[in-house]
Amino acid sequence: MNQTLEIIKEARLMKGNEALAEAAIRAGMHAYFGYPITPQSEILEYFTREVPQRGGVVLQAESEVASINMIYGAAGAGARVMTSSSSPGISLMQEGLSYIASAQLPCLVVNVNRGGPGLGTIQPSQGDYFQSVKGGGHGDYHLIVLAPSSVQEMADFVFEGFALGEKYRNPVMILADGALGQMMEKVELPEEGSLEYPENSWATIGKPKTRERNIITSLFIKPEEMEQVNLELQRKYKKIEENEVRFEEINTEDADVLLVAYGLSARICQKVIELGREKGIKLGLLRPITLYPFPKDALASYTDKVNFYLVLEMNAGQMVEDVRLAVDGKKPVYHYGRMGGIIPTPEEVLKNVEELLEKQMVTNE
Amino acid sequence: MSLDNSNNGMDVVYRKPETLTETPLHYCPGCGHGVVHRVLMEVVEEMNIQENTVGVAPVGCSVFAYHYMNVDMQEAAHGRATAVATGIKRVLPDKFVFTYQGDGDLAAIGTAETIHSINRGENILIIFINNGIYGMTGGQMAPTSLIGMKTSTSPYGRDEKLIGYPLKITDMITILPGAHYVTRQAAHTAGAVRKLKKAIQKSFEYQKEKKGTCFIEVVSNCPSGWSMTPVESNKWMEENMLPYYPLGDLKVPKAGTN
Repeated sequence: MNQTLEIIKEARLMKGNEALAEAAIRAGMHAYFGYPITPQSEILEYFTREVPQRGGVVLQAESEVASINMIYGAAGAGARVMTSSSSPGISLMQEGLSYIASAQLPCLVVNVNRGGPGLGTIQPSQGDYFQSVKGGGHGDYHLIVLAPSSVQEMADFVFEGFALGEKYRNPVMILADGALGQMMEKVELPEEGSLEYPENSWATIGKPKTRERNIITSLFIKPEEMEQVNLELQRKYKKIEENEVRFEEINTEDADVLLVAYGLSARICQKVIELGREKGIKLGLLRPITLYPFPKDALASYTDKVNFYLVLEMNAGQMVEDVRLAVDGKKPVYHYGRMGGIIPTPEEVLKNVEELLEKQMVTNE
Repeated sequence: MSLDNSNNGMDVVYRKPETLTETPLHYCPGCGHGVVHRVLMEVVEEMNIQENTVGVAPVGCSVFAYHYMNVDMQEAAHGRATAVATGIKRVLPDKFVFTYQGDGDLAAIGTAETIHSINRGENILIIFINNGIYGMTGGQMAPTSLIGMKTSTSPYGRDEKLIGYPLKITDMITILPGAHYVTRQAAHTAGAVRKLKKAIQKSFEYQKEKKGTCFIEVVSNCPSGWSMTPVESNKWMEENMLPYYPLGDLKVPKAGTN
């Protein structure tokens, strides 16, 4: 078989949730613990079907609370572990995530975001941005947050997520949405076994006579100790902010208006750019790939070049706050959003751009 | 530690197991935790399984169990110890895994995790210290506080019409097929300690054979929380706790079967 044919064989048409699950198996995931919730139940279903035949642990827990604490235990025992859920379930995991962040355990958590608040809707949303990037649980901590915008990235970011989590001993979240989870696209799956396992001499696997016991804990009752732990975490976050920012720029070289969007919204923006440019409106897109660490310098670098920024989100305006902090008042930053599981159309976004341009012209006159 | 008989002509007849650290216990005088810690770690030493044991500490008075137990340990969130233990055991199926939990942790906030871990027959040992009170937070009512028991949050005594009955969670979990061995013990007399030790030994042996969950309730005292001297508290425990939580095996594997 020649090389071209092999590549064709590896390119499959898959649902985002299934591509992500298959990638996790190929990434050498040891254990998955999860609980069913729409729109991501295919992940648990895929694992319960595949893992028993291909090796590893898969367990349907009694709740998301139990899942995340199983993740804590298995990660603390040095395993490569993952869980997934959707918004209400992710809310239930916040306690565990805070403990995991404090105990500095690597793990991968997938949030296939649906519309909220409350039980909300099963339709796609980006309403969990704040919860994902600002901590979510109690205390000063961060998840590393990756935002895929295609089925291909749903698969690729699993490898990226495990690697980043293990490099920094930090929980990593893949923040997708119901559309990315459910839609089918062509995907080339990463090669099985290509992700090496890290050193983990800190893991609780039983204490040999030759070393002191290992303890996984987030309890540091003396304030002096607790502050030192916090300072260590902050040093780690600084390193992450310096080294791990990822973003994509599309048609930004000559852009008069910079669209800023992640995930599904970024896909919509690509169509907006196309429609805009047909009408002579020079639109560009900056797509944050890591939502934490946030590409603030990249965003700030456009303040001299564009007339304004427009942030498109499927929420009431969350990431826009971080864009405004990055732009620091040097240019207007607007927001366009739909909520409750409504996906904005490229046409309505372009109409909003045109209105903003018109308003600006009136102001300038 | 060597049994050096030459020194001053004295024999070592009792010593601290190597599986306990040098850290002085923070527990109140007369509290049962110290005894249970010791017995558990004695068994780990005698069975020579220190290298293969991972423990899970709870939230409550024994939150710092890992300061004293010289084995690899994880500290779990309140009530989540058996979920954490499940995670550990599932990826390390040949290690000995135990949780050490109090009544608030296991029978209130962690009820779901407790029941489902046992229902799955997780091959772990659950040690459940029942003293009918939240000791660490200062003596609040526990799910296992007795009717009429005065605590800082039941100052007029536990009223079952208001707050329900003391939860016999050990009796409840006995019906679960995943529970292999369920027993209720104590640690307030030499005889009770010997029986407790035997129960722990048996549990680790069952765990080695992957038989399912072993569950040991230890009815214990709380001199500080009960506002009694250690001697008074043990007497009160015998007279009040043990009639409601009688000692003995609740579920014993039948000989020659699983």
